[in-house]
Amino acid sequence: MTLTKANIVDVVYDRTQVTKKEASEYVNELFELMKEALEDGEEIKVSGFGKFEVRRKGERVGRNPRTGDEIVIPERKVLRFKVSQVLKDELNGN
Amino acid sequence: MTKSELIERVSERMNIPKNRAEVVVNAVFDSMKQALLEDDRVELRGFGSFSIRNYDARTGRNPRTGEEVHVEAKKSIHFKVGKELRGRVDTLND
Repeated sequence: MTLTKANIVDVVYDRTQVTKKEASEYVNELFELMKEALEDGEEIKVSGFGKFEVRRKGERVGRNPRTGDEIVIPERKVLRFKVSQVLKDELNGN
Repeated sequence: MTKSELIERVSERMNIPKNRAEVVVNAVFDSMKQALLEDDRVELRGFGSFSIRNYDARTGRNPRTGEEVHVEAKKSIHFKVGKELRGRVDTLND
């Protein structure tokens, strides 16, 4: 099974006294806020869940796997997620 | 930013009381966590997806002493950033 935004909206709806439409707006706005922060290079730490952080990767030479051609991959920024130790322990039944 | 700062920002942006913003933020991360603990995937269009990865037991090595150590089989969470967010985070290559 896969949890999607619609399922999350249902949980928000169940726990609050708001309409479905409002619950949906809240969830969308929450993720938009997170995206804006990450875009600004900010780190987001959610205790008991994990940490999202933006990392800078230096330029490197890669290869097109289909043609074998060498290509320069420019310096870039990527998003990294690190699972919290608490959640890791829960996953592994500790 | 931490979860409490995220709650504050949601409250300001949506013009809702802080306690309701807290219910929203907790509902979102609780439902994601619950799904992952049940081995389900989480898919958030534009943000990214979370899935469970299983790692076999293996013999590792203590990098400092070179000593062999047994590493138990374990589960972890893999995050794959969504297309939209990947582009937004990489402000070096707009």
